[in-house]
Amino acid sequence: MSIMFVFLGVIGTIAAWWLSRQRLASKPWLEVGAIDDAGASSLPAAKIGLGVFLAVVGALFALFFSAYVMRMHMVETNLADWKAPPLPGLLWLNTGVLILSSGALQWARGAARHREMEALKAGLIAGGVLSLAFLAGQLLAWRNLVDAGYFLASNPANAFFYLITGVHGLHVLGGLAALGATLAKAWDGVAFDQMRLSVELCAIYWHFLLLVWLVFFGLLLLTDPIRSESGLIAAICRVF
Amino acid sequence: MVDLGSVEAIPPAETADVELYHPKSWLTKYVFCQDAKVIAIQYSVTALAIGFVALVLSWLMRLQLAFPGSFAFITPSSYYQFITMHGMIMVIYLLTALFLGGFGNYLIPLMLGARDMVFPYVNMLSYWIYLLAVLVLIATFFTPGGPTGAGWTLYPPQAILEGTPGQDWGIILMLISLILFIIGFTMGGLNYVVTVLQGRTRGMTLMRMPLTIWGIFTAAIMALLAFPALLVGAIMMLFDRLLGTSFFMPAIVQAGEHLKYGGGSPILFQHLFWFFGHPEVYIVALPAFGIVSDLISTHARKNIFGYRMMVWAILAIAILSFVVWGHHMYISGMNPPFGFFFATSTLIIAVPTAIKVYNWVLTLWRGDIHFTVPMLFALGFIVTFVNGGITGLFLGNVIVDVPLSATMFVVAHFHMVMGVAPILVVFGAIYHWYPKITGRMMNETLGRIHFWITFLGAYAIFFPMHYLGFMGAPRRYYEMGETAFMPASAMTLNIFITIAALIVGAVQLAFAFNLIWSLFKGREAGGNPWRATTLEWQTPQTPPGHGNWGKELPVVYRWAYDYSAPGADGGFLPQNQPPAAPASRAAA
Repeated sequence: MSIMFVFLGVIGTIAAWWLSRQRLASKPWLEVGAIDDAGASSLPAAKIGLGVFLAVVGALFALFFSAYVMRMHMVETNLADWKAPPLPGLLWLNTGVLILSSGALQWARGAARHREMEALKAGLIAGGVLSLAFLAGQLLAWRNLVDAGYFLASNPANAFFYLITGVHGLHVLGGLAALGATLAKAWDGVAFDQMRLSVELCAIYWHFLLLVWLVFFGLLLLTDPIRSESGLIAAICRVF
Repeated sequence: MVDLGSVEAIPPAETADVELYHPKSWLTKYVFCQDAKVIAIQYSVTALAIGFVALVLSWLMRLQLAFPGSFAFITPSSYYQFITMHGMIMVIYLLTALFLGGFGNYLIPLMLGARDMVFPYVNMLSYWIYLLAVLVLIATFFTPGGPTGAGWTLYPPQAILEGTPGQDWGIILMLISLILFIIGFTMGGLNYVVTVLQGRTRGMTLMRMPLTIWGIFTAAIMALLAFPALLVGAIMMLFDRLLGTSFFMPAIVQAGEHLKYGGGSPILFQHLFWFFGHPEVYIVALPAFGIVSDLISTHARKNIFGYRMMVWAILAIAILSFVVWGHHMYISGMNPPFGFFFATSTLIIAVPTAIKVYNWVLTLWRGDIHFTVPMLFALGFIVTFVNGGITGLFLGNVIVDVPLSATMFVVAHFHMVMGVAPILVVFGAIYHWYPKITGRMMNETLGRIHFWITFLGAYAIFFPMHYLGFMGAPRRYYEMGETAFMPASAMTLNIFITIAALIVGAVQLAFAFNLIWSLFKGREAGGNPWRATTLEWQTPQTPPGHGNWGKELPVVYRWAYDYSAPGADGGFLPQNQPPAAPASRAAA
C-alpha cells in the first residue's frame, strides 16, 4: 500500500493547502454580515470536476500499482511463482508515441489560446492519431508476448501486466471519445472561448495518462527480469 | 460581534436562464430528469425498495437461527446467500446510495443556495447506472445457482471456487453489479464534491455550511478515494473467475485434483477490500453525524455546540479512517508491530468521535427540546452509536478481537454502530425533510409508534447478541447443533431475537404506509414547519420549484445555527436574513 499512501499524501497535501485558505479557524457564530467571497475557485467547474475525476483515476492506478508491488514483494516467501515477462522493446516506442500525442495536445492548447483554428485542428488530429498509434502499439506488444508464450493466466506477473496496460488503454480510449467530441466542435466552428476549455481538459487528461504510463513503465523497468539481476535495481525493488 | 463588510445587503448572484436545464416533456421531467431533487427521490425510492428486500432476507436468516430445520426452503446454501445479499445490499445499495445519492442530491443544492448540481447530466447518468447495478444484483436471485453465498466480504479463494453457493453466475453478476455501482457513484460523487466547492451561493463560506453538508461532502471525497480499492479488487477477482488468472488464487488442491490456479494471494484481496471497507463505515457514518447535528440543533432550538470542533472532528475522522483497515484482518495473521499500529490508530478514532458525541449532548444541555419524531430518532442515534462505538473499542484491540472475531459479538457490534445507528438517522432525516419534499407532514402518531418499536426492538435484537458472542456462539453458522459450551437457554435467546426481528421488520411497513398515506392525506406543512435556519427551508415554494429559488439566489449572512437568538422573531434567524439596521448593530 506504500504507493497508495504516497498518492494519498499528494491528495492530502492539496486538500490541506486548500483548506488552509478556507478560514477553518474562524468563529462563524460571531461573524454576521455579508461575505462576498464564499471561497469558490475562479476556475471553471468543469476543470475542477476533471481534477476530482483524475484524483479518482489516480487512486485507481495507485491501488493497481500497490497491488502489483505488494504481490511482487510476496515473492520472497516463494521465489518460484513470480516470473515477470520480459519487456517488449516495443514499449519504448509506444512511450515515445504517447509523449508525442501529449505534446500535440499541448500544442493544440496553445493554438486555442492564440485563436489559431488550423493549428488547433492539426494538434487535435495529431494527438488523436498518435494515441491510436499508441493503442495499436500496446496491442502489438500484447501480441508479441502471447506469441512468445507469456499468457495472461500463466503467471501473476503476466496477469498484472495485461490488466494494468489494459485498464490504461481503456482510459486512453475514453479520452479519445472526449477528443472526438472536441474535434466535432472544432469542425462545427464553435467559438474559441468555448473550444478553449474543451481542448485544455483534453490536454490535462492526456498529460495525466502519460504520467500514469511513465510510472507504470518505470515500475516495469525496475522489475524487468533481465535488468533486475544487477544489484542496484534489486536493492531499489526491496525499498519498495 | 464581529461584523464583516457592510451591513447593506449585497446584490444576489443571478443565474442566467440559459444555464439551467429545462425539461421539455413528461419523460424528461419525471423519468430521465436532470433536476437533483427528482434524482434524489429516484435514488431514495430505489434504495429503500432494495433495502426492503434485504430486510426480508434478514427475517429468513433469523427464522432459520431460531427454528433450525423448520423451513425446507432455507438450505445451508440459501442461508449463506441470504447473509451475503443482506450485508451487501444494506451497506452499499441502501446506506451508501441513500445518504449520498438520496440526501446528498436533495440537500446539497438546496442547503448551499444553488439552483442544481454543477453537472446535471452526469448526475442523471449516475442514478441510471445505480439502478442498473441494482437490477443486476436482483438478477442474481434468478440465475442458475442463485446469488453468491461468499459473505459480503467476498473473500477469495472460496468466493469463486466450486462448493460456494452462486459460484456459477452469482459471483460474476455480483462483481459486475459492484463495478457498475462504483462507476455510477463516481459520477454522482464528482457532482457532490464540485457543487460544494463551486456551487455555494454568495456568503456561504465553508464555515457557514450546515454540518449535514460537511458530513456529505467529506464522505463523498472519502468514497471517491476508497471505492477504487473495491473496484480494483472486483476487476481482479472477475479476471480470476472468468479468465483463469491467479491474482488472489493460490495453488489449490480440490478433491485430490490440482486446480488451474496458482501463485495468487488471498491476503492481497483482503487488503484491497478493507482499504475500501473501513472508510465505507465512515462514508455511511459521516453524513449521519452531520444530519444528526442539524436535527438536534433544530429540534432543541439551540445553536450547535462547538461547530468548529465538529468540522475538525469530521476531517480528522476522514483522515484516520484510511489508516485503520488492518483491524479487520487481525485473524488473517499479522506482523505484531502492524497489529499494534492498527490497534492504536483504531483507538485514536475514538477521540474525534467522542468530541462529536459530547457536542451533541452539550447542544441538548438546557435546550428547548421538542420531542418531535425526528428528534426522537436523533436521540436514539446518539445512544445507539455510543453503544456500538464502545464495543468497537473492545474489538479494536488485537487481543480481544482474536477470540471474539468469529462470534455473534461482532455481529452485534457492527449492526449497532453502522446498521441501526445510521438507519435511525435515515428515518429521522426522512421525517424531518419530508415536509419540504412533499409539502405535507408525516403522521406523528404512526411516526412515534415506528420510532419506539424500531428503537426498543433493535436493542431487543442486538443486545442479546453481545451475550451470545461472549458465550462463544459463532456467527456465519447455519445451525448450532449440539455443543458443550452453549446452554439450552441460548436457543431461547435466539428465538427471542427472532421474534423481535420479525416485529421490528413488520413495523417498517407502518413507515412505508406513512410515507404514502402522508403524501395525500398529511397535514399541510407550510414552508418551514420546524422553524429551521438553513436555506432549504427558505425556498419561495414548497416543494421547491425547478431551479430551487425564484429569480434571485439567496444571500447568506450568518451561520446555520442562529437558534435562541435574543429578540429574533420566533427565536431563530434564517441564514439568509440580513443583519439588522445599523441602529441595532451597537446592541449586537
